[in-house]
This record gives sequence, C-alpha cells and structure tokens, in this order.
Amino acid sequence: MTTTEEQEDRADALFHALADRTRRDILRRVLAGEHSVSTLARGYDMSFAAVQKHVAVLERAGLVSKRRSGREALASGEVEALRSVASMLTELESVWRGRIARIDDLLAGLADATNDAHHTIDTTDTHHPTQEKE
Amino acid sequence: MPVTDITTNSDDRSIVVTCDFPAPVSRIWEFWTDPRQLERWFGPPGYPLTVTDHDLRPGGRVTYYMTSPEGQKFGGYWDVRSVEPTSRLAYVDGFADAEGNPAEDMPLGDTVVDFSEHEGGTRVSSTTVYGSAQDLQKVLDMGMAEGLTQAVGQLDEALVADAA
Repeated sequence: MTTTEEQEDRADALFHALADRTRRDILRRVLAGEHSVSTLARGYDMSFAAVQKHVAVLERAGLVSKRRSGREALASGEVEALRSVASMLTELESVWRGRIARIDDLLAGLADATNDAHHTIDTTDTHHPTQEKE
Repeated sequence: MPVTDITTNSDDRSIVVTCDFPAPVSRIWEFWTDPRQLERWFGPPGYPLTVTDHDLRPGGRVTYYMTSPEGQKFGGYWDVRSVEPTSRLAYVDGFADAEGNPAEDMPLGDTVVDFSEHEGGTRVSSTTVYGSAQDLQKVLDMGMAEGLTQAVGQLDEALVADAA
C-alpha cells in the first residue's frame, strides 16, 4: 500500500503545482527549453522571489529541475520525471475525462459548433446528413 | 455531467473508465461504433479526427488519423476483436502512419468496452491494458495528449472557458 500512498502524494504535489496559472505558464516555457529563473521572472508582473517560489513548487512536484551556471539558476522541464506509470495513467485519465465531457456535450446538443466539415470518407453503412434533407 | 469513475492501476498498467450517460444504450453505442460519431469526441480538442476505414467486425480494422493544428497527421487504428451490439466492443488500439498502416514496435492497448442499461440511462465501462510502462509512455508521447505541454495547454483552456 506504500506504493499507492506514494502515488497519491505524488498526484497531490502534481495537481497542486499545476493548479496555478503562473506555474503552468512557467512549465510550458521550461518544457520548451532551459530558462534562467531571472529570465522567467522578467516575463511576469511579480517579484523575482515570487517567481522563484513558483519554480520551487514545480521542482518539488518533480516537474522542473534546476541547475546552477555561475550566478544563474537554470530551470528546465523534467520530462523524464513525468514518465512514471502512475503519472502517465493520470494523464490518460484526463484524456478520458475530456472524451466523456465531449460525449456529454454532444448528448446535450451543445457541441454542434465543433462538428467540423473536414470529413471526407464515405462508408457504406453510414448515412450522410445530407441524405436526410432530401 | 455524467457520473464518472476512473481507476488506474500501475501494477497491470490498466485504466478503467466507468461513466453514466443520460441516454439509451443504443444511442451511446453509436458514439463508439458510428465513425461520424466517433470523430466528434475521440480525439483531443484542436486535433480533428477523421475515420478513414471502418470495418467494425471481428478481425476487421478501423483506421483514423488526427490532424494537429500545424497540419501534421497522427494515425491510429483499432483491430477489432469482437462486436456484440449494443453490449460489448473489444479491440486492440494501436498507432499507424498517416496512411493508416500500423506502425511497427508501437504499443498496443487491449480494450474492452461494456455498455449496459443503468437507472434509465447507460453505463459504459471501458478497460484498457497496456503491455509495458514503455508502451504507456509511447502512448502519451505519440498520441492522444501529445505530451505534457499540450495537456497543460488544454487544462488552461478549460479553466479559461470555465471562467468565461
């Protein structure tokens, strides 16, 4: 059961880290490439210390790693750390939640706007919407 | 909102999705088995899904591709194992190239979807088992969520949409 508890702790840290808009934005940037914390701090309307704190939360959740280069602290996205089975299943879970929400929207008739006209196939046993109108 | 329960198990690398929909079983069955319906929910937002072949019978294959905002195509397929209208669908989910040819050395997800009447609506229970942790990693890297960056982006969009 320890494993499960560890997974729960990990999920808590992960969701806490991602529950903040600035942290998600920082994560997006550092996943794209290494950034110094001071460079990151310039992108936000908050103090260097506040940005540093956000980076620390991401670091504790295992989402970001830091290294020193001279006087600079460099942060990068920890893609490897995210690849534990538990965290991957958590990602899959969010994929499924999205899918279920889309089905629910379709059932409620809310998603007509997303019904793109990109469909090109013609399967034999499926009627086309146009046939109904004729 | 549908009642949803999602259970993941790291030991056998499985994900079990259970959800209740306020519609008849025959209607919900269509979401999985009618290609036009499948296109509307299976792929992630911003990645329109196109079903290119739809041979939904044991031994048959369903192929599809998703188109990224940059126009890149990500192919996938289902190798259909069994179809029991309107109660059970079993297939192996895999990756394909843009033309729908199954990709070699790519992970497979063994999936069974059960549909049943439940309190005037439909209960769907979908179980997918992946062969290895590496498979699971590839699934996430290659396919649905396109890695964490996109997942975070979607989270943001959802929260923005909620706030609007």
